[in-house]
Amino acid sequence: MPTPQTEIEILANREYKYGFVTDVETDTVPAGLNEDIIRAISAKKQEPEWLLDWRLKSFRHWLTMKEPTWANIHYPPIDYQAATYYSAPKMVKPGAKSLEDVDPELLKTYEKLGIPLKERELLAGVAVDAVFDSVSVATTFKEKLGELGIIFGSFSEAVREYPDLVRKYLGSVVPYTDNFFATLNSAVFSDGSFCYVPKGVRCPMELSTYFRINAKDTGQFERTLIVADEGAYVSYLEGCTAPMRDTNQLHAAVVELVALDNAQIKYSTVQNWYPGDKEGKGGIYNFVTKRGKCLGVNSKISWTQVETGSAITWKYPSCILQGDNSIGEFYSVALTNNYQQADTGTKMIHIGKNTRSTIVSKGISAGHGQNTYRGAVKILKGAEGARNYSNCDSLLLGDKCGAHTFPYLEVKTAKATVEHEASTSKIGEDQIFYCRQRGLSAEDAIGMIVNGFCKQVFRELPMEFAVEAQKLLGVSLEGSVG
Amino acid sequence: MLRIKNLQAKVAGKEILRGIDLSVNVGEVHAIMGPNGSGKSTLAQVLAGRDLYEVTGGEVTYDGQNLLALSPEDRARAGIFMAFQYPVEIPGVSNMYFLRSALNAIRRNRGLEELDAIDFLALAREKMKGLEVEEGLMVRPVNEGFSGGEKKRNEIFQMSILEPRLAILDETDSGLDIDALKIVANGVNALRSPERAIIVVTHYQRLLNYIVPDFVHVLSGGRIVKSGGKELALELEHRGYGWLEDAVAAGQSA
Repeated sequence: MPTPQTEIEILANREYKYGFVTDVETDTVPAGLNEDIIRAISAKKQEPEWLLDWRLKSFRHWLTMKEPTWANIHYPPIDYQAATYYSAPKMVKPGAKSLEDVDPELLKTYEKLGIPLKERELLAGVAVDAVFDSVSVATTFKEKLGELGIIFGSFSEAVREYPDLVRKYLGSVVPYTDNFFATLNSAVFSDGSFCYVPKGVRCPMELSTYFRINAKDTGQFERTLIVADEGAYVSYLEGCTAPMRDTNQLHAAVVELVALDNAQIKYSTVQNWYPGDKEGKGGIYNFVTKRGKCLGVNSKISWTQVETGSAITWKYPSCILQGDNSIGEFYSVALTNNYQQADTGTKMIHIGKNTRSTIVSKGISAGHGQNTYRGAVKILKGAEGARNYSNCDSLLLGDKCGAHTFPYLEVKTAKATVEHEASTSKIGEDQIFYCRQRGLSAEDAIGMIVNGFCKQVFRELPMEFAVEAQKLLGVSLEGSVG
Repeated sequence: MLRIKNLQAKVAGKEILRGIDLSVNVGEVHAIMGPNGSGKSTLAQVLAGRDLYEVTGGEVTYDGQNLLALSPEDRARAGIFMAFQYPVEIPGVSNMYFLRSALNAIRRNRGLEELDAIDFLALAREKMKGLEVEEGLMVRPVNEGFSGGEKKRNEIFQMSILEPRLAILDETDSGLDIDALKIVANGVNALRSPERAIIVVTHYQRLLNYIVPDFVHVLSGGRIVKSGGKELALELEHRGYGWLEDAVAAGQSA
């Protein structure tokens, strides 16, 4: 009879399905990092002078910085000179206008990943920007969105076509001096997505970026910037995968969100970078800076993340609640198994009056996984009437994994309300037995229990993503009843 | 249907069952009574396949097959249901979804078509009648925040949906007031059938006023020390368990 422990191991050791490599000719800069490399990247992207200057300023600042060590993660020193900072499939010309210009191998890759780029095969209601290593391969539904004045496409293209918009907001939420990894990104960022939703427009479809790392020993440094003008609404999805390789690869992205008066941005991530093998060999080092600024009154930014991949996750999607009555939300599921390590959470910075924030974090640890929630709630002096509610739960599967919670709290006004709840539980033998006695296999039982644990977060995800997220956790889909 | 021969089991190194012999035929209702610590619940758990208990000897056959070789889920799929003394909470999983998944796992195993949400809802509504299970209970997470009575009613409700061939009620009466007890007993009685056997594990005779057994067995020190008809339960009610235990002790020393 299989014991629940071995069933947990089976679930934890499921194979990574996206580990294949696409054979494409690439245009790659030499390994290493110096000003010449940065100039080369900027030149390849035909960037204006101001952007090159910004990159160089970032690089010079980065040289004065030290890699942070405060996170609860452990890894050998990263050799930043050994990595390659730019790699693009050759068949994608900058500014390729149609799919005919794209290498069929690449299209096949996305089909294999379940992301067909031909519009008629796409899920209606989701526009995709596909990023392959350092460049954007294709963006779908651009014209349809354009009719509404919505700009959606690759970052490089936005720099060429809407330089004023990009210049106005780039670095306005995450300054180039922000932190070691964000500063590195500012120096070498390759591509990513840009989105602008004009005044009063409600984006009629989900916008989505799908990131794929393919090349060996290449870092991915994409940058995403989303601006919702007054009264606008946009829901944005992000997905990511990478081949299985036995060396570690660096991913250091920056995402900036700006919401003006009465605007709303919903940002959802299902992160499934290659987590490394059972012994902890290989996998992506994911050092990501994500931050949103609720600049306007009554604005709202909502982060939802499902983190199942990467060898190391270092990520704190945060909200600066500047406008009065603005709202920040963070819903997170982080799963670590085998030797994965995650140190993730959020920062809610209350500046405006009557600002509100909600934090719901669900950490699941299996195998030797280590899962840390790290969150900060800061309520500044002028933020009268601010409210925060935090709830951090941890679930342990097995007895070799760990869960840690570090909530930080700083309240500088007496007129604020802060609530924090936390729990740690072990998946119960008695829960598993109860399910099995009713006829469910141990694996289904574990899936169901884990899924139930995450429900509060899953229900924040758009439908298509909720399905993917549940599958990712090795669970069958919850029915429409209940 | 169920043949238990010289069954012995221990938990955490401690011997609990010391040779149980029991035969249950289809259509029969058996009550297993006994003082605390006599092994009643252990017997129920061993039959359901809880791996906390180590079977150290004896055999159990169910419809002719070796029950002890089956996993808990295979026993459930073969028609064995246990109503738990302490039903377990599963946060975030709706009762309805849980039960439909369980039913479909069993149906798949039997080569039957799975029920979709709509058909299941119709079935559930049908079975709710008489158990005073409110529909609201169905969309709440499994047993979470249920009162003691709601949990027990939910067990019987699950039993009525899964329609087992052999139902084992493990101290289902514990913690119930008289009204809740009657509801639960009515639910069980509705399931009495020539196609089904029921084993009622209980400490008190009270439940047996409502679920009248065909046979009563008294467990003491991990063995069945006396078996009889329903009147044995009444005798126990009057005389307690002490006289039986004394008689057993005398028999052993003689």
